[in-house]
Amino acid sequence: MIALLRHMRYVLSENPVTLLAFALFAVLVLAAVLGPSLTPHDPLATDSTRALQPPSATYWFGTDQIGRDVFSRVLVATRLDLAIAMAAVVIAFVFGALGGAAAGYFGGWTERVISRLVDTVMAFPLFVLAMGIVASMGNTVGNIVLATGIINFPIYARVARAEANIRRNAGFIEAARLSGNGEARILLMHIVPNILPIMAVQMSLTMGYAILNAAGLSFIGLGVRPPTPEWGIMVAEGAAFIVSGEWWVALFPGLALMLAVFCFNLLGDGFRDILDPRKRT
Amino acid sequence: MSAVPALEVRDLSVEFRTRSGIVRALDNVGFAVGKGETAALVGESGSGKSVTAYAVMRILDPAGKITAGRAMFGGIDLLQQSEKDIAELRGRDLSMIFQSPRTALNPIRRVGAQLADVLVRHAGATSAGARTQAIEMLKKVRIPDPERRAMAYPFELSGGMCQRVMIALALACRPAVLIADEPTTGLDVTTQATIMDLITELAAETGMATILITHDLGLAAEYCQRIMVMHAGHVVEDAPTSALMQRALHPYSAKLIAATPAASAELDRLASIPGNLPDLRRADLPPCRYCARCERRTDACEQPLPRHVQPDGHAVACWNPL
Amino acid sequence: MLRFILKRLAAALPTVFGVLVVTFVMARALPGDPAAYFAGPAATREAIEQIRAKLGLDKSVPEQFGIYLRDLAQGEFGKSLSTGQSVGRELVTRLPASLELVLGALLLSMAIAIPLGVLAATRPGSWIDHTARVVTTAGVSLPAFFTGLVLIYVFYYLLGWAPAPMGRLDAFASAPPGLTGFYVIDALIAGEGETFISAVSQLILPIVALAIFTLAPLARMTRAAMLEVLASDFIRTARASGLPPSMVTYRYAFRNALLPVITTLGMVFSFLLGGAVLVEKVFAWPGIGAFAIEALIASDYAPIQGFVLTMALLYVALNLVIDVLYGVIDPRVGLEA
Repeated sequence: MIALLRHMRYVLSENPVTLLAFALFAVLVLAAVLGPSLTPHDPLATDSTRALQPPSATYWFGTDQIGRDVFSRVLVATRLDLAIAMAAVVIAFVFGALGGAAAGYFGGWTERVISRLVDTVMAFPLFVLAMGIVASMGNTVGNIVLATGIINFPIYARVARAEANIRRNAGFIEAARLSGNGEARILLMHIVPNILPIMAVQMSLTMGYAILNAAGLSFIGLGVRPPTPEWGIMVAEGAAFIVSGEWWVALFPGLALMLAVFCFNLLGDGFRDILDPRKRT
Repeated sequence: MSAVPALEVRDLSVEFRTRSGIVRALDNVGFAVGKGETAALVGESGSGKSVTAYAVMRILDPAGKITAGRAMFGGIDLLQQSEKDIAELRGRDLSMIFQSPRTALNPIRRVGAQLADVLVRHAGATSAGARTQAIEMLKKVRIPDPERRAMAYPFELSGGMCQRVMIALALACRPAVLIADEPTTGLDVTTQATIMDLITELAAETGMATILITHDLGLAAEYCQRIMVMHAGHVVEDAPTSALMQRALHPYSAKLIAATPAASAELDRLASIPGNLPDLRRADLPPCRYCARCERRTDACEQPLPRHVQPDGHAVACWNPL
Repeated sequence: MLRFILKRLAAALPTVFGVLVVTFVMARALPGDPAAYFAGPAATREAIEQIRAKLGLDKSVPEQFGIYLRDLAQGEFGKSLSTGQSVGRELVTRLPASLELVLGALLLSMAIAIPLGVLAATRPGSWIDHTARVVTTAGVSLPAFFTGLVLIYVFYYLLGWAPAPMGRLDAFASAPPGLTGFYVIDALIAGEGETFISAVSQLILPIVALAIFTLAPLARMTRAAMLEVLASDFIRTARASGLPPSMVTYRYAFRNALLPVITTLGMVFSFLLGGAVLVEKVFAWPGIGAFAIEALIASDYAPIQGFVLTMALLYVALNLVIDVLYGVIDPRVGLEA
């Protein structure tokens, strides 16, 4: 544990970028938790007299085509965007970890069924599959979460399968089996907890992708409906004004989206460095 | 030994800069090998045998730094050559054979083409000429059906065949010095003998100096005229094989000989050497790096290491030799 | 070689079957009653039943699946509700536009990412290594639709260098007569210089937007693979044989490092095909992604299913090409298969 902490300090000192990622993460969490109570203006209030105003001291990020404050909308949207991605990642994580661990631990037909499922999902370009799922199951936020979860499922299932497979005949599993534990209990109490740290790294690595994916779906008009503030929709709405020079409507939600994804990608890299035993000397 | 040695290493020191400190892997290593001579560098893993070879060949990985010393070859110091000049010499005048031949060859290039690459580089061969020469070399290392084997990939050959290809690669340009780093590790026993026979035979034929790096004292005694014993980055003893095997002077060499199974030895009489190599990252390394494991240590061992040389060339670095 | 390709083809069959099952399920999982939906809101009960029979929805599920496969085999992807056009024909005419984007972006991305990865690996810890890491991480964090908008703002609105983001050709050029459907290639074949320039200048921004997004996986994999190969035994042998550094880096190390990079191309294609949908919307690009988005907004399902199926089959085919390419470079694979 002390070695891990020392290694963490080493990684952080070698790699100030990871430190930056932690700072960004703190800002994102704050915005998600407190966002709605920090807005300078009502994110839904329209006013045609102040439409498409450029950024100013009153409207930091300017106003959109119907006079809503872009800053307030970007801030409020943090919670929804992160919640969608988080829920999707949790779904993928739970099903992926359990399914993958079961496949790796039991082998046989369990493994064949789950592998076939994973292969089938991976046979699609993932974003396209998500589009198809949402289109056929219904255009709702819940289905965006589900679709994003499904396309992330293979990543978790594969990692969990490989890790469980390595451990299925390890000494401590053998010991648990000899002391009379049932197979299901061994899987849940011994295999799954052991692969959690590796899965946690995957979680931070896929979080960024999940945010992008969900925002991409709402950008093409799936899921979240206007006037709900959401980064993907806001970029889509602002797109029309780019060619006439009102850049701020699309730029700020796009930047927020980019920073959030950037933050999670960096965090994922950082966690991987911290947990990667090959980098520890 | 002839008057001018083929390769003479003096005061070679190498350090590795790692995250956990500076490892002083070699400290004032010195030895010489004469033309036509076959000498062995013997020691346990981590004693610095391979690092010595890599330093002389200048193929240490970037963390390794040569901090002092010379390696004289044909009147020039290998350690002072530019990267371009040393690359000219490598594979032409100085060659090396590695252990685990299966991974030491490019997996996705035909072995004939790998040989031809070296021939084109050093012998100025045309690609067509290199092809014929490559097959010629494969024949020389007694690979059956060399025309067909030249078209094979390493994964299609056995470990012994791959090692023959490695030997062909190393000897293609008739080098003056050959360093063979554990050339038989990972091969089965009968193959080991044929590979060693092949190396010594070709060495005798071309009159090159050969350095065999091995942890197997028995192998060294069988094939080499002279043995240099290494321990923790020091050459502790350097002697003609018969002198060393009959009367080792350094306590470590004596233990090493006792720990080497002879054909007639019984297992319960095999000795083991107590203790481990010292941590070479320590700032306060004693002058004699064996002293912590040594039964003969005295206060004199705190002095800088001596070098006692006998008339037959038997040298030892110890205050209390046997 | 032919046997190897045939074996790979056979191995792809279960995947294709899986894809067909999923798209079939999607077609049947429409919210509510598909027959009622296709009949329209004012339809009577009899009319709905008639539609149900016409669509084959009164048959058993395996039978319906059989009919689905038969229709697909005949190139019948259904009709678009809003335009009444055959979905299959629409997809075929639009596919080259999408492919032009995807392949162009892939080439650009490889041309930048692979040298960058090699440079970073041959100088680990140098400024170029750090820059490459930051740039690629930033790149993969950029949603392609957002990058596209920023590029339009800078290069069209501010600088005026790029043409208006309105499809594959500017208003004055007409589509080149062509066989391939790739305007750039067709214009070259037909020798129409102005059309060629117009097609290329329309392509640049969307391709850049897409390529930026795929730089990271390619550059990272190239770097990691090069580092691993450069540390391997046979590179040491090559250096000990005195082979010149350029030969060691390229003929020995790089060719070996290409193998994992080629494997990564599968993921890159997944990104590109998905990203192309978004980029097509931003640049009003008449590809199959834009077609699907229009259909999505109109709740017109046949085009969406046709689109998902086409994309999946295209992806399976691309992965097959990647597999074969891998087999060509790595002699070990061909023999195992």
